[in-house]
Amino acid sequence: MDFLKFDADKCSLCGVCVEGCPFGALTIEGSGILVNEKCRMCGLCVRRCPEKAFRFEQRAKSFDKEKWRNFLIFVEQERGDIHPVTYELIGEARKMAAKVNYEVHCVIVGGKGTAQNAGKLLSYGVDKVFVYEHPGFEGFRADCYADAVSDCIAANKPSSVLIGATSLGRSLAPRLSTRFHTGLTADCTTLDIRPNSDMIQIRPAFGGNIMAQIGITKSRPQFATVRYHVMDRAERVANPTGEVIVCPVTEEMTHSGIQILSSEVIDKVKSLEEEDILVVAGRGARSEKGVELCRALADALGGQLAFTRPMVENGFGDTAHQIGLSGRTVRPKLIITCGVSGAIQFTSCMTGSECIVAINEDPDAQIFQVAHYCINDDLFRIVPKLTELLKNRKEDD
Amino acid sequence: MKIIVCMKQVPAGTKVDIDPETGAMKRMSGETRTNPYDLFALETALQLREQLGGTVTVLTMGPPQAEEMMRDAYTCGADDAVILSDRKFAGADVLATSYALAQGIQVIGGADLIICGRQTTDGDTAQVGPAIAEHLAIPHAAWVAEVVSADEHAICVRQDLVSVSQISRIPYPCLITIDKDTCVPRLPSYLLKKATADRPIRILGFSDMSDQDLSRYGLIGSPTQVERMFAPPVMERQVVIEGTAEEKAEKLFSILTDKKII
Repeated sequence: MDFLKFDADKCSLCGVCVEGCPFGALTIEGSGILVNEKCRMCGLCVRRCPEKAFRFEQRAKSFDKEKWRNFLIFVEQERGDIHPVTYELIGEARKMAAKVNYEVHCVIVGGKGTAQNAGKLLSYGVDKVFVYEHPGFEGFRADCYADAVSDCIAANKPSSVLIGATSLGRSLAPRLSTRFHTGLTADCTTLDIRPNSDMIQIRPAFGGNIMAQIGITKSRPQFATVRYHVMDRAERVANPTGEVIVCPVTEEMTHSGIQILSSEVIDKVKSLEEEDILVVAGRGARSEKGVELCRALADALGGQLAFTRPMVENGFGDTAHQIGLSGRTVRPKLIITCGVSGAIQFTSCMTGSECIVAINEDPDAQIFQVAHYCINDDLFRIVPKLTELLKNRKEDD
Repeated sequence: MKIIVCMKQVPAGTKVDIDPETGAMKRMSGETRTNPYDLFALETALQLREQLGGTVTVLTMGPPQAEEMMRDAYTCGADDAVILSDRKFAGADVLATSYALAQGIQVIGGADLIICGRQTTDGDTAQVGPAIAEHLAIPHAAWVAEVVSADEHAICVRQDLVSVSQISRIPYPCLITIDKDTCVPRLPSYLLKKATADRPIRILGFSDMSDQDLSRYGLIGSPTQVERMFAPPVMERQVVIEGTAEEKAEKLFSILTDKKII
């Protein structure tokens, strides 16, 4: 391995690294450890080796972090309004900014009405809003939006850029981070900042069961996308002092290789994210019958039925009703999970819920680690009873 | 019409065992599969080739074992397969991965259309596709819900943004990432399996890349670092409801009612 250095003189052949390697990439050969091609550079051996015989060798780069200051938030607009994830990003940025004495800036790109929307942000304690308004920015196109935001980044040199992890944000963010040759952490669930302005970014990793803390310590700006409903919304401030700055838009900036032919509003029923009460059917619901029991409970509660990924893959529901990393993130007032095992891809997208009830017959199910109320029993016995109690109550009213 | 499909071999399961005492990750199973999202990308490419003619090349970055996935792609109808494999590429994050893939695409002569799956099931970032487009300085459309039409000059795609469904026309060269369930991936063909059994799979390494700057690839070319991994935090103050099934349902009902949750 070129950058994972092994020092045979220090090695005591204790085998801790071989035992601990999750990928089976290490073997003891003669008087040393051999790293094979299965190595994914996870660095566990570097951390675990009692003799410190493993180390990463990275090229030292000098980088002046002081030249990059403040937070920049990309403001997404949908149908002429500000996407609510923006207020959550502002809330999070303000908390971090206070620790390192940074300002919170926003950049908003769009067609007519964009500058007007920009004004709304000031009451949430934003210091500056940079506006790129031009008829050419009507409708999202990743290439020209990236040009506008790049212009703002190059001019203002933010230390960190936060973007909502919506389908738009996740299309835009990688273009920007790539353009600036810097790092991007997707779907952060927790953010914090060190005194030296390095963000501490935490996200679920390896598709499950584990959280990873990611750092972007050698380049700027640090890019992070954050899912809707994960962070707390910013509070309004009593006396806004921020300002709206209209930035010049060049014809070149609005030039795009993409031509929008049509744009239609999708008819919308209340989405999962907006629902106050959710019932989730997991693999334990097994059959159509189990799903129907859960649906009856959701109806009795006046809420919606949602599903886990395996249930959607088995055709019980659609992705618009799927909770998890590849589905939706929710924070309802009440969520009742029925037969849900509680893999991290699922739980990381619902632990913000105010009240979590878990019904599962497996006492070791991981869902019990996040639930407020645990019922270790068969959902086929609990759910109908609960539904009946709810229906009776309604009749009493 | 030259189409390149970017694919990835991912762990077959998503289960990682964690030592509850130390929070350290235990060995992962070595079984792999083709990233399920990529099957829709490959199918989309094959359908476009049937309509417009041309070739479909599958491209991946990974260990030489990725050959198995490439053989599967051949049995579905891919014309050519290229694996970028080099220890110098290991440990790559989004930036370094997309850079190596973009370099690989240039080395094999570029493409009119590049198709990626929406995301992988191991990284779940959905970022590599748009990052490749940026490296190649071509337009992209991510999370495409439908290929509306395509001709020799451009492709028309539908994307569902939060509350708007947008149809765009993008001239080649361009890149799209395709959502799942946009088509039905075909099954491997036995005849194609026999016909392609001897078809070679090209393996390209660092020395084949046109940019020989080592600091752009693998771990060294990756600005993000994993600082630590840990088990998700366990909640405090938890109520376990006991009793018979009936009692449990009743207790839960009264707790939720008393707390005015329902």
